[in-house]
Amino acid sequence: MKIIKLLFKNSFRHKLRTTLTILGIAIAVTAFGFLRTVVTAWYAGVEASSPNRLITRNSVSFIFPLPYAYKERIERIPGVETVAYMNWFQGVYIDKSQFFARMAVDMEASLKAYPEFIVPPEQKEILLRERNACVVGADLAVQYGFEIGDVIPIEGDIYPGEWEFVVRAIYQPRDKTVDGTQMWFHWEYLDERMKQDMPGRAGDVGWYVIRISNPADAARISEAVDEQFKNSRAETKTETEAAFQQGFIAGTGLIIQLLNFLSFIIIGIIMLVLGNTMIMSARERTKEYAVLKTLGFSGGRLISLIAGESLIISVLGAAAGLLLTLPLVEMFSLFVPKSWFPIFYVEPVTYVLAGTSAVLVGIAAALFPIQRAVKTSIVDGLRFVG
Amino acid sequence: MANTLIEIQNISKSYRRDSMQIPVLRDISLTVPDGEFLGLMGPSGSGKTTLLNLIAGIDKPNKGKIVVGGMDVASLNETALAKWRARHVGFIFQFYNLIPVLTAYENVELPLLLTKLSKDQRKKHVETALQVVGLADRMQHYPKQLSGGQEQRVAIARAIATDPTLLVADEPTGDLDKQSAEEILTLLERLNKEFKKTIVMVTHDPRAAEKAHTVRHLDKGELQ
Repeated sequence: MKIIKLLFKNSFRHKLRTTLTILGIAIAVTAFGFLRTVVTAWYAGVEASSPNRLITRNSVSFIFPLPYAYKERIERIPGVETVAYMNWFQGVYIDKSQFFARMAVDMEASLKAYPEFIVPPEQKEILLRERNACVVGADLAVQYGFEIGDVIPIEGDIYPGEWEFVVRAIYQPRDKTVDGTQMWFHWEYLDERMKQDMPGRAGDVGWYVIRISNPADAARISEAVDEQFKNSRAETKTETEAAFQQGFIAGTGLIIQLLNFLSFIIIGIIMLVLGNTMIMSARERTKEYAVLKTLGFSGGRLISLIAGESLIISVLGAAAGLLLTLPLVEMFSLFVPKSWFPIFYVEPVTYVLAGTSAVLVGIAAALFPIQRAVKTSIVDGLRFVG
Repeated sequence: MANTLIEIQNISKSYRRDSMQIPVLRDISLTVPDGEFLGLMGPSGSGKTTLLNLIAGIDKPNKGKIVVGGMDVASLNETALAKWRARHVGFIFQFYNLIPVLTAYENVELPLLLTKLSKDQRKKHVETALQVVGLADRMQHYPKQLSGGQEQRVAIARAIATDPTLLVADEPTGDLDKQSAEEILTLLERLNKEFKKTIVMVTHDPRAAEKAHTVRHLDKGELQ
């Protein structure tokens, strides 16, 4: 027999109680993992931001446009590799609940600025050539069954009218941190219609995406861009892509904080559940610990026995919880449209956090029983009637 | 003449209960030779178990000196004392105190886990100990599958598995029927005679005391 066998035998001495404790921890860890995944999904845009990209928008607000003419002036700033521009198009596809990002973009430059959107060369060639062509993400194509050649009809809202785009390319996200639910079409196609229908809005772009060669130059280039357009009719605000994305979720900060807070409350609940089990278990075995001490088990060995038992229960619970988290997240992905949470997966850091928390909670839950077992004298322990 | 195994010099022990200091042993001196089978008798509360605990190193006196096998037991710290007990003392309790989730084999193996013996060596020790107590055929039984007498025999096997110098038994027959008690006493007698174990046994039972070479009586914390 090895000590580990004794630990397992002790852990499952009260099978029902231990099983319920493990189940309780598993449910709590599942909730923790799920909440963390939601928080991660919320921050996905920030996390996926490239340090090589800057975003230039109207300094008053993101909703005000910038002149198309800024592009050439930005390109001349040293350190700038590529400048692309984009407009938030929105519109309604099928009905208003079918949400995904639809944007009018400077296609060639945008594909250079976003190398993580991988488009097959033969598709790219046609995409760049056809004025009403569009590219959709692979996840979006799966969600709506889009195939090359399909026409996507969209009813415009920000840009009124009936619009039709032909799917000429499907981009593959480079990895699972990249959003695969966007739709891009040619900005020129939008601008042509604007020139005809609403000339006052022609030549406007929503924001510029600047790809820079060295992330260390981000501050200098941002300053240089904004300096260029100071005192103009449309002053700019340039920031890193991460800061730009952060700005979008800033309004939901309280919800995120609440979710984060809840996830740590769950850790507290795990500790209470396990702590209760360990205290009961150790109290019932006060006499047994005294016997072990009598046989020559030192305080250190008793600590190992109690902490080991607590760790076995907490780690088994955490493992079961994480195993449950995966199918739960998968199920959530199946039932919730991909475009709501384009990036929704259990991050490795969630496993690490849950695992580390389980170990820490296992140790913390054992502290009181350890203190009791070590402090109780053999004589008092042998006399103990539970 | 046998060497002295236990030498107790003027020990006193009292316990504190709330604000009260309750004296349990008063100025006890006692010498136990190697190979002795000593019975300690006396009414309840006379201090028998306390004296046994002090000899076995699971409690310390307030005053006086206890030397067992040349070691001043009271001077050792808790860790050293635990090691010393594991090596030199075998315990037999009134209520056996076996670990219920472990088999007879695993219970006997328990104190051997504290030694550096290999698995095979431990196996040999456990099998020998269980053979000595006549339970070689019950190795894989759990305590709840054994009778009281058998449980106590497993407890004795656990006490002798490390081949200690001294066996201490606190009312080893107190929870047994007459026949089982007789078997346990015969076994203790055999351990004393055949295996030369020094035994100190606390008992209320005059029949148990008859097996001892020497019987000392305690009354109100004083040795008679």
